[in-house]
Amino acid sequence: MIARSEATPPRSANGDNAKNENANNENANNENANDENAKNENANDENGRVGATRFVLRPPSVQAGLKAPATMKPPKFEYHAPKSLEEALAALGRYGGDAKVLAGGQSLMPLLNFRLARPAALVDLNRIASLAYIREQDGQIRFGAMTRQRTIEFSSVVAQRLPLLKEATRWVGHLPIRTRGTIGGSIAHADPSAEYPAVLAALEGEVVARGAKGERVIRAADLFQTYLTTTLAPDEILTEVRLPAMPAGAGYALEEFARRHGDFAIIGIAALVVREGQRCKLARLATAGAGPVPVRLRAAEEILEREGLGDAAVEAAARRATELVNPDADIHASADYRRHLTGVLTKRALTRAIGVARG
Amino acid sequence: MADIVTVRLKVNGVAHEGRCEPRKLLVDFIREDLGLTGTHVGCEHGICGACTIMFNGEAARSCIMLAVQADGAELETVEGLMREGKLHPLQEAFREHHGLQCGFCTPGMLMTALDFLRTNPAPNDREIREGISAVLCRCTGYQGIINAVRAAAPTLAAER
Repeated sequence: MIARSEATPPRSANGDNAKNENANNENANNENANDENAKNENANDENGRVGATRFVLRPPSVQAGLKAPATMKPPKFEYHAPKSLEEALAALGRYGGDAKVLAGGQSLMPLLNFRLARPAALVDLNRIASLAYIREQDGQIRFGAMTRQRTIEFSSVVAQRLPLLKEATRWVGHLPIRTRGTIGGSIAHADPSAEYPAVLAALEGEVVARGAKGERVIRAADLFQTYLTTTLAPDEILTEVRLPAMPAGAGYALEEFARRHGDFAIIGIAALVVREGQRCKLARLATAGAGPVPVRLRAAEEILEREGLGDAAVEAAARRATELVNPDADIHASADYRRHLTGVLTKRALTRAIGVARG
Repeated sequence: MADIVTVRLKVNGVAHEGRCEPRKLLVDFIREDLGLTGTHVGCEHGICGACTIMFNGEAARSCIMLAVQADGAELETVEGLMREGKLHPLQEAFREHHGLQCGFCTPGMLMTALDFLRTNPAPNDREIREGISAVLCRCTGYQGIINAVRAAAPTLAAER
């Protein structure tokens, strides 16, 4: 343990050591700080703590005698914090693909801390107030890209119109992640294990991208390319996420398996069913963690739409689901185990969704 | 583009100003530039939760935020919890129920629990476990922490 005892005399005793003397001279600010500590320590002594040894931990940079405290994890970058989308697009355009857009930062900042990402610049969207909203329009719920996951978690519009999204949000990271994390950031980051891309796929949502050439709408099916990769151009910013309001009475469920709640899903299944008695008017199933992009389990959906919502149909759909995915193995789970989980969780999600469906 | 940015912010009600590179992490700024070492640096990539602070009234991980992003913000750190020389009721509950052992995760646990209880004033144990899973503790086995949060909930709810 690196500690500094109160009893260590500050400057004078180091005088006979030339190296230390130099370090101390370069470090005038620190010396002052130490002197102040010395005063405080004396005061403590007057309070009857004579001879008590107090250990004070100092940050590593201070221990190393640096002139200014300067612990740095991320690599150097130019930093832009525009107040409008237009300024952000202009800043992004200047770097020709070498800049990264910073939304909630809950995925990008760790990549920077590890120096796995080394962008020339960051364009921080956090000061663009106009990018945070939830609106109902044309049968869709439209989210500004910078709408925080925590806002979505407590939104009454989301609770009424998109209960599947509300349920999924509880699975996104942890509370202190969701206070910063955004819907646009999560979808643009395109982690295949993340919940929001799966919900976007299940609900057949779309996103709006703005670039120098204007605005375009991208359907969920056309957005995700592979791991952490979307069809967004380097000079485009995802500005809005549009999800069609779920039909009233629709059944829904998000089932997920992770080692701890809040970890990325080993497998997650988003399910939506619209029922008419025992008939299934519409079924939607999408995966998280079962491949490089969210997978729509269309052939499994068709079994339900054809055969209804009985146990046998659910069983058959779950079996079919395992054949529709081609998951990878990683440190968390083998490919076989992921395929197995896809079936188990599809059955669970459908059973629960059917249980809450009305109509 | 300036290499050094000025960051003005309030921490525990006190105005501070500092100058740093834009890449400086908020937690390092709090500890090194402001000298508030109560907030701990653990994993440095947003997993362990030791660095959790209140950012404009909401729990957030200060190791995956930039100091420059806190310009104009109001923060609360563990140093701001004590009132008139007395422990905050949540801290008191942690002490009473063995909610800490080595204390490394405690600042993050406290700030996370504070936001958790603010938005869920009467949680059940499953919800407490889910809330607390945001922060890693390697000593207590969590049960003491869960007991502390459960015990503090009515006190904090009554104060509101």
